[in-house]
Amino acid sequence: MLACREVSKLLSEARERRLGLWERISLKLHLAMCDGCNNFSKQLDFIGAALRRYRDRDHDD
Amino acid sequence: MAIPTGEDLRQLRSYLLRYARLQLRDAALAEDAVQETLLAALDGGAAFSGKSQYKNWVVGILKHKIIDVIRKRSREQSLTAEEEASESEMIEGMFEAGGQWHRLPANWGNPEKSLEDKKFWQIFERCLELMPARTARVFMMREVMELTSDEICGELAITQSNLWVMLHRARLSLRGCLETRWFGDAAK
Repeated sequence: MLACREVSKLLSEARERRLGLWERISLKLHLAMCDGCNNFSKQLDFIGAALRRYRDRDHDD
Repeated sequence: MAIPTGEDLRQLRSYLLRYARLQLRDAALAEDAVQETLLAALDGGAAFSGKSQYKNWVVGILKHKIIDVIRKRSREQSLTAEEEASESEMIEGMFEAGGQWHRLPANWGNPEKSLEDKKFWQIFERCLELMPARTARVFMMREVMELTSDEICGELAITQSNLWVMLHRARLSLRGCLETRWFGDAAK
């Protein structure tokens, strides 16, 4: 079973490449059981979006 | 589109500056890149059907200027063994020996709400500044300039696995910082 360290790496890499079948299965299984990694996964979506928002937002500085 | 007005240019310039600063983390270098971009854009004089098309074209010029700067600097700025050790130590500190989270990532609830909060953006900037320089550079190339993995590896002459390690570290660093300083209990 994957540990959270590897899961966090796979979640990051999933944004860079298509994961293999086995990687996807192990990831899914881990996420079904681990709140921390689930939260991490959502946070990755958020920080990418926040960064682009920061880039594009109106200028108040 | 007609020739851009002074006001159009001022707005565009301030957008470009933010973009360049995010990527280069150096106000003077950013200023130079934007200046060159605007000059090149004014010389270009191609026909555009609208403002957004014009802006995209100018941002495209800026990306090339930024990549030139990064290329020049990355030769001088390879990671020292010491920096590499301190980065990997930072990441290792986030996990137990067995690979479990040292502190479980928290539920951030509805983080989009924070995007409306000025204080959030101050913390966000601070967290970006705290990222190790080289890690931040590839992260910005990926998320701000939205280059592909292949493009970044080509520009910086690094391997994909190397890039993925850096992106992983960058994401861990930024989310950790935001959690500590904003979304965590202490911040609320």
